Amino acid sequence: MNFFTLFGRYFILMGRVFSRPEKTKIYVKQIIREIEVLGLNSVGIVIIISVFIGAVITLQTRYNLESSWIPLYLIGLTARDTLLLEFSSTMVGLILAGKVGSNIASEIGTMRITEQIDALEMMGINSASYLILPKIIAAMLFNPFLTLISMFVGLIGGWLAVVLTGALPSSDYIFGIQYLFVPFYVTYALVKTVVYAFIITSVPAFYGYNVQGGALEVGRSSTRGVVYSSILILLADLIITQLMLA
Amino acid sequence: MIKVENLVKIFNGVKVLEDISVDFEKGKTNLVIGRSGSGKTVFMKCIVGLLEADEGAVFYDNRDFVSMNFMERKQIRREIGMLFQGSALFDSLTVEENVMFPLNMFSNMTPGEKLERTNSCLRRVDLADINKLYPGELSGGMKKRVAIARAIVENPRYLFCDEPNSGLDPKTALVIDDLISEITHEFDITTVINTHDMNSVMEIGEKVVFIHDGRKGWEGTREEILDTADENLNDFVFASNFAKKIKALTT
Ligand SMILES: Nc1ncnc2c1ncn2[C@@H]1O[C@H](COP(=O)(O)OP(=O)(O)OP(=O)(O)O)[C@@H](O)[C@H]1O
Ligand SMILES: [Mg+2]
Repeated sequence: MNFFTLFGRYFILMGRVFSRPEKTKIYVKQIIREIEVLGLNSVGIVIIISVFIGAVITLQTRYNLESSWIPLYLIGLTARDTLLLEFSSTMVGLILAGKVGSNIASEIGTMRITEQIDALEMMGINSASYLILPKIIAAMLFNPFLTLISMFVGLIGGWLAVVLTGALPSSDYIFGIQYLFVPFYVTYALVKTVVYAFIITSVPAFYGYNVQGGALEVGRSSTRGVVYSSILILLADLIITQLMLA
Repeated sequence: MIKVENLVKIFNGVKVLEDISVDFEKGKTNLVIGRSGSGKTVFMKCIVGLLEADEGAVFYDNRDFVSMNFMERKQIRREIGMLFQGSALFDSLTVEENVMFPLNMFSNMTPGEKLERTNSCLRRVDLADINKLYPGELSGGMKKRVAIARAIVENPRYLFCDEPNSGLDPKTALVIDDLISEITHEFDITTVINTHDMNSVMEIGEKVVFIHDGRKGWEGTREEILDTADENLNDFVFASNFAKKIKALTT
């Protein structure tokens, strides 16, 4: 399928996703369920990764600045800004694209090949909206919390590294992570997160929804969904950065 | 009654269905038979609009389905119950939630009324005490029954069944066939059943339409089918050696 057809079909599907919902009460229920499946179930992995990356960033910065005249508190500042600007939004976004994206594409793809989507349509339900909209909304609502958690936990990871290795005085680190704090960086990260949330849910959903064939194709669509949402995340990163920070 | 006129469906330049016209009668089990790959599923999906026909018309009790807009079609679809080849139950929902699903989406019943209706449909298909099980925990025959219960929960006027007894043993297949036939007569539904099972034809085929290579090859009743002169149909009906030998003995 060529690029423009693909693009067109994606927008047609999104048009159906965002048309008037059937019964608001049922959507609210679905959104809550998706927050649990897509959001709460990702808290663990986000915490684990963020702790480690926070620690590694801090140590790497420390060893790169070995015996230089640069004040030690700048290590805390560097770790903080790396987490805020890029890691807690984009890296977490990429990790979620893998975890959440494959989950969504294979769930919807399986529903397609087992005719569950046809069954919804036959009941007079807008299957695109019923299946996809709650996922998009759930991720856009909840992923900002994942990003905030990642920032916070990442800073703790850095602090643990400092304390456990004695690489620098903990007081320098703590001073550094508060020094010259730019609140706008958090806004910037959250804006990115919301855009990524849309990509991570809608793109794999598109691939799952259009599966034709059997289990093999479901697997392929899930891979495609993850790959393309990852690429789009990086593209969005570039664009938003140029728009917000330049 | 469902009236199909000159239906044509083309996939990638190949005519999968060619000019099929047929009337499906109310209160009867209408069987569409044919070899695997002859176009039965495509035919059914064109009639209900899951696939767009390239030419032709479909009338649901004189209501022109093809020219309807999205909202009007949705209304008709709520009068249709459909049983899919693989049951198509929702994996993430229990048996009870599956059957209740259409009610939750559309009806204004109280929770008590919904449960009452759900249970009565499950009883109708002889299933009890499995409300809380998930589809993954059921046998193929049970899944079909749950799917039938879900298809009839909103009192449909039209019932479509795509190979309702594929993958079932002959005895269970018969039970499912009889169930569909009983429900059809009980509620005066226009029922269309795709099958390649001659047992079903002889058991419940009140009206039989034979599709061969995407065309209507023959149309009649199950009584007429055994002494048809149509060669293709004869081939289909007496496909097994067992049937051939019996035919040789009786003629
Ligand atoms: N989406 C599609 N794209 C292209 N060709 C298709 C598509 N769906 C079905 N066909 C073709 O249409 C023909 C009829 O298929 P159909 O599924 O209707 O057969 P069937 O009679 O239901 O067979 P079975 O008894 O095995 O279910 C087949 O040759 C099939 O390859
Ligand atoms: Mg079929």
